[in-house]
Amino acid sequence: MDIGTLRGIGTLIVLLAFIGLFAWAFSGKRKAGFDEAARLPFADEEQERDL
Amino acid sequence: MTSPAGPMAYNYTVVRQFAVMTVAWGIAGMAVGVFIAAQLVWPQLNFDLGWTSFGRLRPLHTNLVIFAFGGCALFGTSLYVVQRTCQVRLISDRLAAFVFWGWQAVLVAAVITLPMGYTTSKEYAELEWPVAILLAVVWVAYAWLFFGTIARRKTRHIYVGNWFYGAFIIVTLLLHVVNHISLPAGLFKSYSAYAGATDAMIEWWYGHNAVGFFLTTGFLGMMYYFVPKQAERPIYSYRLSIVHFWALITIYIWAGPHHLHYTALPDWAQSLGMVMSIILLVPSWGGMINGMMTLSGAWHKLRTDPILRFLVVALAFYGMSTFEGPMMAIKTVNALSHYTDWTIGHVHSGALGWVAMITIGSTYHMLPRVFGRPQMHSVGAINLHFWLATVGTVLYITAMWVNGIIQGLMWRAVNDDGTLMYSFVEAVQASHAGYAVRLLGGGCFASGMLVMAWNTWRTVRASEPAAAAQAAYIGQGVKG
Repeated sequence: MDIGTLRGIGTLIVLLAFIGLFAWAFSGKRKAGFDEAARLPFADEEQERDL
Repeated sequence: MTSPAGPMAYNYTVVRQFAVMTVAWGIAGMAVGVFIAAQLVWPQLNFDLGWTSFGRLRPLHTNLVIFAFGGCALFGTSLYVVQRTCQVRLISDRLAAFVFWGWQAVLVAAVITLPMGYTTSKEYAELEWPVAILLAVVWVAYAWLFFGTIARRKTRHIYVGNWFYGAFIIVTLLLHVVNHISLPAGLFKSYSAYAGATDAMIEWWYGHNAVGFFLTTGFLGMMYYFVPKQAERPIYSYRLSIVHFWALITIYIWAGPHHLHYTALPDWAQSLGMVMSIILLVPSWGGMINGMMTLSGAWHKLRTDPILRFLVVALAFYGMSTFEGPMMAIKTVNALSHYTDWTIGHVHSGALGWVAMITIGSTYHMLPRVFGRPQMHSVGAINLHFWLATVGTVLYITAMWVNGIIQGLMWRAVNDDGTLMYSFVEAVQASHAGYAVRLLGGGCFASGMLVMAWNTWRTVRASEPAAAAQAAYIGQGVKG
């Protein structure tokens, strides 16, 4: 295969990976999980409140 | 002072050790920096001795501030963050002790070998092969400790800060090993396995990613934990942090060739490095905005909290230097800026403004918590430190901008007949005032570290063993 075509395909794959990443990260299904993960630095304090 | 053993408590011993050594090595590394800055103002300070010459002390300065100050900060905070966000103790206390003492051994070896003139001559990878091998062994142990702890986590998710720390750990090992492959020709002499332009490309693939993964990705891990923690609110957008992570690590790895513009490196590789460096602005600013916006609705805290000030000003300098970097990577701009003091200014706006300030802010947050104290001994001293650091950084980078542009313009100025308008030494003379201002700025910044050392000493001295042990219990940490 021509090296130019190969590089073109590489660029396309990276582009698709980025679009896929955006779609994955911004899908509504992940919101609850992400909110939970974002609270992790405060996990200690929440335990204190539970005690 | 020991941590309680057993799975009910965090291993804070290793965190305390690294936190204290962050301050100690910070002073040592910056003191060497101030001394070599003084040598550029008064060259007599070379003392005509080999081991005090600029050429040997400059690598000592860079190794100490990057690997000793920055390294201890990254080790200490990552081992603190990974335990607290995974709600579990480190997998092995012995391994943790090996990582701490092994790393200190690497640093002591650097302090001895670099002034003696033992060097691979590769920038930021000067340590000769026996020390480089020790470094790699310690690093593998560190990776085992970090990822092993994540594997045993009690929480469902792996917090984004740990993703950044994890990428920093993996890529640093990769860079270090590949760049250091060499043939030993004696105990303290080796030859690189690569030759010519390939060697240069491997070196700057390493060199720029030492910036990208050691000095950026690792410290972003710090940012993603300590900024939300100190602002007492979760990160602005967790989604953005995920896009930030993948975009940053995908693009950074390609930016190295911008260190080799207009060299024997093939043109296509130079252009690739330039384009990737420009694109890098986007994820960098994504992360900067994510950190900054975490403070939305909490900006008033900046009025009273100097720790938060450190963290936010660090983000501001991060945003500034990640704008400056892509600009300097453009070949036509680089034609003016390369080999001048502008580069040194750019590095220090990142190193002092971003890396050191985020480290200092995070350390002030972490120190009292691991020593069982409600806060640092003196909040006023933190504020004083903040202003010394900020004024120092601004003086430093402004002096280097002025010097860099003067040098770049003088070097390229030609007479009508095509001969150079200025000799090199005329550009050196023109830089003298800038060197003096740089010394002043660096001195300000380093003196701030002395204030920090005093504050740290008072905080540690006030720590009671029982309270420090209590602080290490999982779920019993000092609130906030």
